[in-house]
Formats: sequence, C-alpha cells, structure tokens
Amino acid sequence: MLDVSKLRADFPILSRQVNNKPLIYLDNGASAQKPQVVIDAVTQAYSHEYANVHRGLHYLSNLATDKYEAVRGIIAKFLNAGAESEIVFTSGATEGINLISYAWAAPRLRAGDEIILSIMEHHANIVPWHFLRERQGVVLKWVETDANGDLDPEAVLAAISPRTKLIAVTHMSNVLGTVVDVKKICHGAREKGVPVLIDGSQAAVHQPVDVQDIGCDFYAITGHKLYGPSGSGAMYIRRDRQLQMQPFLGGGDMIREVSRDAVLYNDPPMKFEAGTPGIVQQIGLGVALDYLMDLGMANIASQERVLRDYAQSRLQGLNWLHVQGQSATKGAIFSFSMDGAAHAHDISTVLDKRGIAVRAGTHCAMPLMQYLGVGATCRASFAMYNTTEEVDSLISALELCHELFN
Amino acid sequence: MATPAFEEIAETFAFMEDWEDRYRHVIDLGKAMPALDDNFKVPALKVDGCASQVWLRPMISDGVFDFQGESDAMIVRGLIAVLHALYSGVPTAQVGAIDAPAELGRIGLNEHLSAQRSNGVRAMVERIRKVAAAA
Repeated sequence: MLDVSKLRADFPILSRQVNNKPLIYLDNGASAQKPQVVIDAVTQAYSHEYANVHRGLHYLSNLATDKYEAVRGIIAKFLNAGAESEIVFTSGATEGINLISYAWAAPRLRAGDEIILSIMEHHANIVPWHFLRERQGVVLKWVETDANGDLDPEAVLAAISPRTKLIAVTHMSNVLGTVVDVKKICHGAREKGVPVLIDGSQAAVHQPVDVQDIGCDFYAITGHKLYGPSGSGAMYIRRDRQLQMQPFLGGGDMIREVSRDAVLYNDPPMKFEAGTPGIVQQIGLGVALDYLMDLGMANIASQERVLRDYAQSRLQGLNWLHVQGQSATKGAIFSFSMDGAAHAHDISTVLDKRGIAVRAGTHCAMPLMQYLGVGATCRASFAMYNTTEEVDSLISALELCHELFN
Repeated sequence: MATPAFEEIAETFAFMEDWEDRYRHVIDLGKAMPALDDNFKVPALKVDGCASQVWLRPMISDGVFDFQGESDAMIVRGLIAVLHALYSGVPTAQVGAIDAPAELGRIGLNEHLSAQRSNGVRAMVERIRKVAAAA
C-alpha cells in the first residue's frame, strides 16, 4: 500500500486552505494537482535548460531537445508501446483525437461509412467525429450502456457492419467511473478488421495501461490529469496506422524539405508534430510519469480501490442521494444528484464553503446525460492522494446540503 | 441608504457571523419569493452566462423599476430575491446609480458578483441596468 500522508506531502497545494477550511480536492477528473518534482522540473527547465528543440546546434537547444525527446521513451514505457516512435506528442487528448480525425479518418472515410461510439464518451471523443458526419456524411452509431452503466463489449462488436471504419470508445467514463473492457473490444474488432481508438484520459491515471496487450490502434492520454502540466499529452499510434495518416497541422518540425512547388514530410512521429511544441510541458509530463511509475500504477489502483469502496459505501448510506453508475468496474468517480430542490450548483457552492472542490454540470458528456435523463449533476472524482477522512468530510457536507435544500 | 426592503435584509445579515446562517437566510428569501409563471420562462427573458437557468422579467410602470425572477438553483433564487429587494421600487432613472457590488458587500455576498462566477448574479445586474437604461 502507498503511504498516503507521505504522498500528500509531495503536493504542496494540498496543504493550503480554501474558505478557511483545509482544501479537499475532489475534482481530479477535471484536472489533477502537481507534485513538487513536476513543479521543480518546469522551473528547472525554464531557469537553466530552455531553448527551442530540434532546430539549433547550440548547447541549450541540444540539451532541451535531449530532455524533451527522452519523454517519448518515458511515455512509451508508461503505455508499454512497441516503439518510442509510436508516441506522438500532443497538447492533450482533445488534440490527439482531433489529429486522428483529421489525419487518419477524414481522408479515408466516405459518405455512409460508420464510426461506432459509446454513449458515455466525453465531447472530445464525439465532436471530432461529428465533424466527419457534418462534412462528409459519415454515420455515427451509438452503443448504450446497461442499467448499471456497464458497456457490453459484445454489444459494441455487434454494432459492426461492413461500413464500420472505426470504433472510438473511452477506457473509463468521466461521469460514471465505469472501466470498459477495451481489450475484448479491440480483439473482437481486429478479427473484423476494424481499428479502435481509445480515450485513456481517465483510465491511464488510475490503473496500468498496456497498449500492446489491449491491442488498440490509437490510445489518447492527457498530461494535466496525469499530475503533469496542462498542455502536455500524447497519442499512441500504432506504426501501421501512422503509415496511413496524412499530416494534420503544417509548419516547422513536421517537414524535411520545402520548396516553391513541393514539400517533403518528416518521418512519424514528427510528421504529426508541427510548430514549436509544449517543450517544458512535455518535460514536466515525463517527470510526472516517472513519479507515477515509481509509485507503481498497480499500487495506485489498489489504493484507489479502497477509497472507491469506502466512498461508495458511505454514499450508499445516504438514501436521498442518487449516484449514477453502479458498475462493478467503477473507479472512484461519483456523479450524483439529491432528492429535494437542490441544484448541482447549489450543492457545489455549499461544498466549496467547506473547502471541498467538486465539479457541477454536464461534465462534457451531454449525450450520456440525455441518455440517463438527468440535467446537471455534481461529480466527486478522487485521486491517489485523497483519504477516507476526506470522504467523511464530503458526506458531512452533503448532509448539510440535504438539510439546507430539503 | 438602499431601499427599505434591502436595508431590512442588511440588518438581518448584520447579526450573522456564520456563512451557513447567511446561506440559510438567502435560501429562505428565495423560497419566500413568488414563482415566475411558466409563460414567462421564454428565451427573451432568460439571462445568459449563468450555470443554472435564470429568468428575469422586467416590469416597469410610471418610471418605477420592478421585476420578477426565477432560477432552478436555490441559492441563485435567493440571490435574485436579494436583488429584487435592492432594485424593486427604485425610479428607473436611478437604477444605474445603485452600486450593486458595494451593497452586496455590506451583507457579505459580494463574492457572488465576480466576473468569473457563473452563478449569473453579475449577468442579472447587467440585464437590470440595461433594461432600466433603455426604458
């Protein structure tokens, strides 16, 4: 087990107060806090090791390039990719999924071709596909979850038709906490020759991810949820899919030669990385991932399972509270509403007064909210540094809400 | 001095040290406020920029400002009731002169007015001032 009090000491922000109460940060699904090693790495890079990458031959440019490029290897290790070159740097999962939409899917898909999505996708894994629907007549096919919030891999595979060109599915719902059996989906899809893109924005934070074992074609991660800087991230793109992709953004770094009449592109992954990248952000992400791997993703997963079980049992004890999603695979993400007149914003306002940060709204997952038939909900999303005492504080604040708004 | 109705609220708040009591009172003010008829919950009367749904129906007669408001969030509904006390019965020409941040500050609720807050109080104040200025 992890020593949580030691872990918490690594995150300076966790010792601050909010509204004269100790901060209880339960908005990790939106973005995670940063350990001191990441903050130090960012400061160190800007203070002593900064220049543009890949371009100069001077000392600092070489140093920054070495530090930056080393992160590709760290991410490859974190995801167990087959090769470093299968890691394309992005500013986050949104850019990564848009990259696949523009560079892989748009040139290949024709009117009437189908993309299969689950109903619990984040907008970042919906809107880039809506672009293809709007612009070139691609059909979006939705697979719904069951009453517990589980996504049956067989239902996803059953939706495949001869026109299906892609399955795009989350590894872990940012609203329900459901963990999807993506391995089963990928293996079944591969038998039918259908590529699979996985949005790992949430899952990669909470459990070990092995893209080779999963057997996916594309896997998106975002750095700011992985305790790294905002603006960092990566897309795993299997080598054979990279070879099928056209460039997306044009500019520096992604070219080898440009003349008046022709351009010659760089090899992947740099072919898909135009312009000056988030140099320091990626360096910070590398440090964050090393930090996570030192702790051990399996250890983090078991730590959070204890937290999940405790929070779940305490929340279930409130018979006026309605938690969305009861999957056995559920991670420590709880979206809920309350009997009575309390609006999600009322609840989050009162929790904030107690120093508790949660998210209120539709969580960038409006099709799911429509499917569930709920409006705005509150979401408490836990991370490895949260404690059972913080769960108790949440419960006590929710009891106050119930009393105030009943 | 603000309106008598607002001064009464300010007097009550003056005795409240605790945020919980303040919120309780704000919620009670919202509960006591008459509901806005569903017929008036139309897009033209909806206030944009609010995380919850907020409607504001101006009712100006003989140069005097009044309005009805509604929200599906209870704290926001209470804040609408506070704004109602602040603006109702004020001559339209004087609405623009009311310093809402300062008045809400007196009762410890000015935190709800910052530009980045999405509860809509600021958007409501802007709507009130705009409607009054155009009258």
